Amino acid sequence: MRQKKVNLCSKILVVLIVGFMITLTGCGGNERVASGGGDGNAELVELLNVSYDPTREFYATYNKMFSEYWKEKSGQGISVTQSHGGSGSQARSVIEGNEADVVTLALAHDVTAIEEAGLIERGWIGEFDSNSAPYTSTIVFLVHKGNEKNIQDWNDLIKDGVEVITPNPKTSGGACWNFLAAWAYQQKQDGNDEDVTKKFMKKLYQNVLVLDSGARGATNTFVENGQGDVLIAWENEAYLAMKEYPDQYEIVTPSVSILAQPSVAVVDSNVDDHGTREAAEAYLEYLYSDEAQRLAGDNYYRPVKEAILKEYSGQFDLDMNLVTIDDFGGWDEAYRVYFEDGAIFDQIYEE
Amino acid sequence: MEQQIVKVKNKRGVRVIPGFGLSFGVTLSMLSVLVLIPMASVFVSVGKLGLREFVDVVFSRQIISSYIVSFSCAFVAALVNAVFGMILAWVLVRYEFPGKRLMDGIIELPFALPTAVAGISLTYLYSDQGWIGSFFDRVGIKIAYTRIGITIAMVFVGIPFVVRMVQPVLAKLDRQYEEAAMMLGAGRARIFFKVILPELFPALIAGFGLAFARGIGEYGSVVFIAGNIPYKTQIAPLLIMTKLEQYKYEDATAIALVLLLVSFVVMLIINSAQIYMQKFSRT
Repeated sequence: MRQKKVNLCSKILVVLIVGFMITLTGCGGNERVASGGGDGNAELVELLNVSYDPTREFYATYNKMFSEYWKEKSGQGISVTQSHGGSGSQARSVIEGNEADVVTLALAHDVTAIEEAGLIERGWIGEFDSNSAPYTSTIVFLVHKGNEKNIQDWNDLIKDGVEVITPNPKTSGGACWNFLAAWAYQQKQDGNDEDVTKKFMKKLYQNVLVLDSGARGATNTFVENGQGDVLIAWENEAYLAMKEYPDQYEIVTPSVSILAQPSVAVVDSNVDDHGTREAAEAYLEYLYSDEAQRLAGDNYYRPVKEAILKEYSGQFDLDMNLVTIDDFGGWDEAYRVYFEDGAIFDQIYEE
Repeated sequence: MEQQIVKVKNKRGVRVIPGFGLSFGVTLSMLSVLVLIPMASVFVSVGKLGLREFVDVVFSRQIISSYIVSFSCAFVAALVNAVFGMILAWVLVRYEFPGKRLMDGIIELPFALPTAVAGISLTYLYSDQGWIGSFFDRVGIKIAYTRIGITIAMVFVGIPFVVRMVQPVLAKLDRQYEEAAMMLGAGRARIFFKVILPELFPALIAGFGLAFARGIGEYGSVVFIAGNIPYKTQIAPLLIMTKLEQYKYEDATAIALVLLLVSFVVMLIINSAQIYMQKFSRT
């Protein structure tokens, strides 16, 4: 009898330890947080926004802002649920039956994958302004305060002894942008010689210490676990890390980078099932309003409206030389050439 | 004729708890729904690939190197677990000390802890900035983001298997054998290797097999501590995930099928070795 009691005690203790460790690491891979919301209104519209990793903070605030706006405009209460994760796996979850009303992903390629599964109608990219990208971002370097290794541009990343952190382009949308930005830089240096650029990329990826599966994972590896000398990151993610850890990091803007256009789209077949098309379209449309554009700027995304972008000229380096995905022939072409199995990214790891 | 029927009925009646039909039905349907049908779907999905494509996917260099990483790390981890798991079980069975029950409970922690949490904690501790990792870093050994790190994560998830397999066997082991051996003049080492170890060996091998299989399949904790660099620290389950993210379901299941077959063969060998040894130790 006594033994039984002690046994039970130790089991309870194990449960407590597990609980403690979970809270300690505070891990959340794919959490859903409901935010905003009408109070007890009979007419409560529910939207599910499936998004990628670094937009957590932006949409948490935006959802509140939109629900107030929508209540005033239509009298309907609205409750938006968020889901975050790597852009590729988020798109896959929608294809496999996650009932998203809208998707706000890292790159057009992932939205196209949902379109190919028949859930989004063709021509979604023209449905909203600026290629359905209400905010943009770019790729920058995050380095430790003092920048000991003196990293100024892409060619500093291939030096011996420099350790680089970037995610894997096969699973991370952000990593695709990272890769293409580096590629664009080197192409400009040596007049579009593909072999030389491949060698450059090979050296760059030999310096990569950890190849995480998503942008947030890479940031954690760099910031929390103190790995590497430089993190190739989304501009907004870099600013967020600076805000979380003041005086520990610096942002370095390379001479050439890429204009990253995260795409938004209404998931047509789901909104038609739910009867939420009107609200879902308004939700994405409102991203282009002045308030939402400023909110994007406050969250370190570059507002797509010129006038509002100018308000943030102190925050962003607006003179960066940015290539676009069109310089690579659009996403489908770029994905085929660089990231498909056996394509350039696989080739630079071979031998 | 009639007598025979009565006999059969009698035989059935001997069972303490009746209901073979019902329980066997439940067993079969549970097995089908949870194990057999999902496994079969792997084969069906792979069937969509032609033989040529299947071979191309499964034997591409990057994937072969990931098998090597997975199998070698899981093997080393299972070996480490076999040795330390046995020592742990020994301590828990043979000695009395304060906190023994607590220690016994902690053994099961790796079962209860979500593997991602384990992975993040291990990485935090074993990276060159972490408490344990910085210590090893001074003597030039990197643990996190290398194969050593992968092995450590696999040791973590596999240790309960060995302990829980060996513990009951050890507890049942009659101490009179040891005493007899001692009376007959055997030394301590000899008693251990000739008397105790042969009795434990079947359980040890079974624990080893389970830990090995778990190590091969482990994803959640390993991805955090592995650097995930192709040809160096990329494990096979990660490549399965990568293929899924690229919407290549058939390729992913093809890799999974190879893992499944190898695990199956390993378990088969281990089980037959176990049966063989049990016969051997009884005679």
